[in-house]
Amino acid sequence: MKRARIAYAGAIHQAVEEGNSHLRLDDGRVIDQDLVIWLPPVVPGIILALGLNYRDHAKELKFEAGVEPLAFPKVATSLVGHRGQTRRPAGVTFMHYECELAVVIGKTVRSVVRQNAYDFVAGYTVANDYAVRDYLENYYRPNMRVKSRDEATPLGPWLVDSADIPDPMNLRLTTTVNGVLTQQGSTNDMVFDIPAILEYVTSFMTLQPGDLILTGTPEGVVDVKVGDEVVTEVVGIGRLVNTIVEDWTV
Amino acid sequence: MDERSRSVIGVALNFRETLVRLSPAFAAPPYKSPPKAPILYLKTPNTWIAPGDSIPCPPGVPRLRMAGTLGVVLSRTACRVTAENAFHHIGGFTVVNDVSIPHESFYRPALRERCFDSFCAISLPLFPPTHQREFEINVLVNNVLRSNARTSSLVRSIPQLIQDVSEFMTLHPRDILLIGEPDASPLCSPGDKVRVEIPGVGAIENRVVQAS
Repeated sequence: MKRARIAYAGAIHQAVEEGNSHLRLDDGRVIDQDLVIWLPPVVPGIILALGLNYRDHAKELKFEAGVEPLAFPKVATSLVGHRGQTRRPAGVTFMHYECELAVVIGKTVRSVVRQNAYDFVAGYTVANDYAVRDYLENYYRPNMRVKSRDEATPLGPWLVDSADIPDPMNLRLTTTVNGVLTQQGSTNDMVFDIPAILEYVTSFMTLQPGDLILTGTPEGVVDVKVGDEVVTEVVGIGRLVNTIVEDWTV
Repeated sequence: MDERSRSVIGVALNFRETLVRLSPAFAAPPYKSPPKAPILYLKTPNTWIAPGDSIPCPPGVPRLRMAGTLGVVLSRTACRVTAENAFHHIGGFTVVNDVSIPHESFYRPALRERCFDSFCAISLPLFPPTHQREFEINVLVNNVLRSNARTSSLVRSIPQLIQDVSEFMTLHPRDILLIGEPDASPLCSPGDKVRVEIPGVGAIENRVVQAS
């Protein structure tokens, strides 16, 4: 099942995919997908993201894969739905997308062992974890000014039930900018796979339903400009569309 | 609104004594240059505990750092506010014990060190806020005063922090901005009773216990 959270006709609804072009709302109405506002499919209390978690991307960024995952928290105000807009700050020189498989937690979990890790996964969605590299500093890197900007983490369109994805560690990821393929990879190139990430994180944090883990991105990040349409896709999970817009000056 | 949807945001190296003490290291790798923007971190919802709750000391960690700090509670949405207007967005203050596993490096986000379960004790907030603009923060361990800090030592003042954070990250009502960790915050072991006091705001007391 593919589940969405949308706004339609002045109210927020849960909905499920109906055919290729429609949604069935929780009240039974069937609505054209073009007529809704897509919201992030989950409302997480905790958002974590992995840095340098693909073998190839780690090479590109000169990182030696270490014994511990590089994980950092993000604020919920950074999320924005499918077909949303993300602002490129005025005057910056390098802002790039990051296509990522996002794991949504289904049950309260602490100290999980990898054999049982998938029991606590509700499903998956697609994240685009934009980074504004002009603001990168070597303090708690990647720092929040790079990674927790308002509406700079598109998420969606769907929460896809974990039962529908038998092997999340073998999914193809792609990004296109204005229709041109710029990034591709496979989740089987992750340094730390989903069970390893969950085992690590829950060794010190209790996660709850709706919490979100962004699992990192493969190589192929390029600068995006105002007006660009950026499509991050994880095949089988969803095709997440975002448009870069101008920021205003204060 | 879901209680877990609020953000509790901390700021590292915001007391001048700490910044001055560590600054010689900041010219060298991995930092290579001094910090420019505020160095932020989150205290995720799994860290939040109330007065009287236990603070778990993880196995293999001998001591935990207890940073008594002031929590600034937002009352109005703050997006790109100026320091001049920042106080209009403050709804109250709270006393916080921002617990961490001591760590020397500020290079990578210290997720385990800062976001371990029950690592952020938050008092009931004081509404409406006091008109105080300067605060004194005391940390007492087993009834003995172990650290005393004043907000006059902040690198970035409360209004400046609200300006610099809200420039890229909107703060919402009930979000809490922690103003920083006083230099030489005490280290505590299981069994210790920790009390953070901020005259004019309140106090919070918790005990450190050995986690299994």
